[in-house]
Amino acid sequence: MALPHQGYRATKPRARAAPPSGDPLLFDDTSSGAPPINNQNYYESGYNMGAAAPAGQGASGANNLFTDPMASAAMMYGSSLANQGKDMVNKEISRFMSVNKLKYFFAVDTKYVVKKLMLLMFPYTHQDWEVRYHRDTPLTPRHDVNAPDLYIPTMAFITYILLAGMALGIQKRFSPEVLGLCASTALVWVIIEVLVMLLSLYLLTVHTDLSTFDLVAYSGYKYVGMIFTVLCGLLFGSDGYYVALAWSSCALMFFIVRSLKMKILSSLSADSMGAGASAKPRFRLYITVASAVFQPIIIYWLTAHLVR
Amino acid sequence: MALYGLILAAVLFTNAVAVLHEERFLAKIGWGVDQSIGGFGEEPGVKTQLVNLIRSVRTVMRGVFIKIIYFIVSI
Repeated sequence: MALPHQGYRATKPRARAAPPSGDPLLFDDTSSGAPPINNQNYYESGYNMGAAAPAGQGASGANNLFTDPMASAAMMYGSSLANQGKDMVNKEISRFMSVNKLKYFFAVDTKYVVKKLMLLMFPYTHQDWEVRYHRDTPLTPRHDVNAPDLYIPTMAFITYILLAGMALGIQKRFSPEVLGLCASTALVWVIIEVLVMLLSLYLLTVHTDLSTFDLVAYSGYKYVGMIFTVLCGLLFGSDGYYVALAWSSCALMFFIVRSLKMKILSSLSADSMGAGASAKPRFRLYITVASAVFQPIIIYWLTAHLVR
Repeated sequence: MALYGLILAAVLFTNAVAVLHEERFLAKIGWGVDQSIGGFGEEPGVKTQLVNLIRSVRTVMRGVFIKIIYFIVSI
């Protein structure tokens, strides 16, 4: 079970060849700027699927690919069929969630990931927690270290599952079903937390610009703390586990409170002119603090059985 | 496995919210639909939001979702 045990930080930069970071356009699909070689794994022979393939190109390509014109015709037909399937899938998915919004969360680069990881583990010296805007749209994580992203939570979730499998394997308690159980348990807790946050934000009519994906991102940041805790528990035994648990809990609580404070507590709703110091700021504070206190509890709950 | 439990719990809970009858039950408790729909700039408050939420869940449920629920529960 070769796992990024020693190279947790090294797994992060490897995942993506960074799109050109000097690109000012925020939502540009960088995979269409360069010739679409990335998702052409099936057609290794350089057959350009993006351009409308006329028969002439197919014929000239046939000389390169096969000498059999039937094979090239079949490949053209197959590629057009795959295009249709891809369009249909895109249409169906974009009915449920906007893909552009999702792309915003994955527009990260190496510098951002490193800074964000350090921020998650040691947020006490960071001064400015505002999310910067660029003509009314929030900046992508590539340009703003305070912006939430979904790359780190996803990767941390997967790493946590692998690490849990490895920890159980060290203690000779591993079986393949355990991985699935651990994964679904962690996923269920994230879903519960996001649903509870959404419900409380709706009931208390807090007008923020926190979307669902933002909440998923902030919930997912606790997996970084969990990974750190489990690693310290494996390396240094039970004492190391509790020390790391305390450290990552404090850091994560601080991070969550500071980040959500900008979004929830200082959101100017239209009815803040009436009863100013009414119950509303108090409830918002309750929400923020409750969300922060929930993190150490769930970290302990999900990792205590891995480190005995 | 835990995911299936969550889905089942969510569906059953939504069903439970949807079958709270308006006249027979909620009005008696005082959770009936808002008669005073004034106040644009004022805070709706938790109870009003909750009552509106229950009402909207019931309205949505009367559509397609009932079929989905019976389909899932019958598995």
